[in-house]
Amino acid sequence: MREQILTFLEKNSKIDLKELAVMLGTSEVVVANEISQMEQEHIICGYHTLINWEKTTLEKVTALIEVRVTPQRNQGFERIAERIYNYPEVQSVYLISGGYDLMVILEGKTLREVSAFVSNKLSTLETVISTATHFILKKYKDHGTILQGQEEDERIPVTL
Amino acid sequence: MRDPLASKAVALKPSGIRKFFDIVSEMDDVVSLGVGEPDFDTPWVIRDEGIYSLEKGRTFYTSNAGLKQLREEIAKYLHRRFDLSYDPLKEIFVTVGGSEGIDMACRAMLNPGDEVLIPQPCYVSYVPCVAMTGGTVVPIRLKAENQFRLTAGELREAITDRTKLLVLPFPNNPTGAVMEREDLEAIAQVILENDLFVLSDEIYAELTYTGDRHVSIAELPGMAERTILINGFSKAYAMTGWRLGYACGPRKIIEQMVKLHQYCIMCAPTTSQYAAVTALRDCDADVAKMREAYNMRRRYLMHAFEEMGLPCFEPFGAFYVFPCISEFGMSSEEFATRLLQEEHVAVVPGDAFGDSGEGFIRISYAYSIDKLKAALKRIDAFITRLRNERGKETQDQKAAEAKA
Repeated sequence: MREQILTFLEKNSKIDLKELAVMLGTSEVVVANEISQMEQEHIICGYHTLINWEKTTLEKVTALIEVRVTPQRNQGFERIAERIYNYPEVQSVYLISGGYDLMVILEGKTLREVSAFVSNKLSTLETVISTATHFILKKYKDHGTILQGQEEDERIPVTL
Repeated sequence: MRDPLASKAVALKPSGIRKFFDIVSEMDDVVSLGVGEPDFDTPWVIRDEGIYSLEKGRTFYTSNAGLKQLREEIAKYLHRRFDLSYDPLKEIFVTVGGSEGIDMACRAMLNPGDEVLIPQPCYVSYVPCVAMTGGTVVPIRLKAENQFRLTAGELREAITDRTKLLVLPFPNNPTGAVMEREDLEAIAQVILENDLFVLSDEIYAELTYTGDRHVSIAELPGMAERTILINGFSKAYAMTGWRLGYACGPRKIIEQMVKLHQYCIMCAPTTSQYAAVTALRDCDADVAKMREAYNMRRRYLMHAFEEMGLPCFEPFGAFYVFPCISEFGMSSEEFATRLLQEEHVAVVPGDAFGDSGEGFIRISYAYSIDKLKAALKRIDAFITRLRNERGKETQDQKAAEAKA
C-alpha cells in the first residue's frame, strides 16, 4: 500500500486523497493515515512543484559541482557535507562513488553568482581539495518528466 | 462487366463504428474513450532493441514460423506465467498480431457447415473469419447477470451435431469479463464430453485484476490437445503498431496454420520479432506497472459510475468497462451518437460487438486519469440531462392522462 501511495504521490502530489483511495481500492482514512505516518517518519520529506524555469522570465543558473574532499577522522564525509548543504543556494548534496566525493547542485541568479560561491565559499573550506563546475545549458527531462514538447495522443480515436 | 466481387466478402457486415469515426474526425475537441489500444508507449528497451536490429541490418525474412529465439522465449514465458508447456519448434508460431492467428486457426480447422460457437459481446473479427471459411456462426448471448462469463449451461444449449469449435475470448473485449479457473473447468468438461475444440483468444491475459493471474483453458487436463491459444504483444507490452502475436496448439493444427501463413504472410515483421524477444526477457516489471495503472483507472471509473447511478458490473480484465444504458430508453447507438454530438465524448455502442451488446456502451480506460476525469464530467452532465428529460416526459404524460 505504502509503495503504491508513494509511487503515485511522487508524480502527482496534488491528487485528491478521496480519489487516490478509490483508485487504490481502500478508504480515504487509511490513505490519509498512511501519508501522515510517512510524513512523521520522514519517508515523505516534502511536496514540491516541478517547474520549467526556462519558460519564465526569471533568470536562473544551475551548476553541478564535483567536489573532492579529505574525509575527517571519525566523521567521514558527514561534517563537510553538512557545511556545504547549510548554504541556502545549495539545492542538493550527494555522496558519490568514483573520481570525486560530493556532487553539489547549486542554483544561482547569474553565472557570476555561482562562480563567486564556488571560489569564495566552497573552495575555501579547508577539507575541500578541488572542485569542477559544470553549468546546465538545457533541461530535457527532470524528475522523470520530459520538459520539452507536448505529447499528443496519436491513436485513432475509435478502434474496436 | 461481370460482378468482380465475392459474395462471401460482400455479405460480411461492415464495422459498427464507421459512422462514429466519421463524426469524430469532423470535431476537434472530442474526448475519446473509444480506443482499443494502450495509451502507453512501448517500453523503451523494446523500441531500442527494434532500432538496434535495424542498425544491424536485420531486415530479411525470418523463418516462416518466426525466429527460433523468439519462439523459445514465448515457450518459456508461457511456462513461467501460465504454467503452459509448448514445444517451441512444433507447437508455436509467430503471427501478424493476434488477428492473424484467429484467421489462420479458422482456415486450418473449419469445413463448410461446421458450427462455431461465439460468445457475444466479443471482438469483431471472429464472425467474419468463420464466415469466410463457410463455417456457420452460432452466437451465444452472454448475460450481464453472469458478469458476461460463459456458463456450462449456455454452452450445452448451443451445441448441435455440427458444432466443432468454441471461440473463448477472455479476458473479454468489450465487456472486461474474465473466466476464472472454476468457470473454465465447467466449460472444459462440456468441451471434452462433446469432442469439441477451443480457439482461446487470450490477448488480454496479462491484464487481469482479480489478484490471481489469468488462467488459460489450455492448462486444464486434456485441453491443451484441443485448444488453439492466441496471444500477442499488442496489449501487454503496448505494441499494437508492431503487429505481432503468436498461436500455440497441437502440432497437427499448428502445422496446417503455418502452411497457410507461409503462403499468405511469409513471416511476421522481422524488426518486431527481435524487439519482442526483449519484451519477453526484460519487461515483466513494465507490464506490472501498466497493469497497476489500468487497475487504478478501473477502480476510479467504477466508483464514478456508482456515483452517477449508472449500472455496471465490475469487470476484472482488459481495459474496458461496459455500463448499461438501457434506462434511457434508447439504443446503444442513439445514446453514443447523442453523447458524441452533445458532449463530444466518443464511446463505442455495445451492439458493435454483437446483438447481445445492445443496451450497453464500451468505455476504454486506456487513458490518463485526467482525460478520464474530463470525459466523466461530460458523461455525467449528459445523463443528468437525459434523466431530467425523461422525468419531464413522464410528468407530461401523467398530466395528459389526468386531463383525459
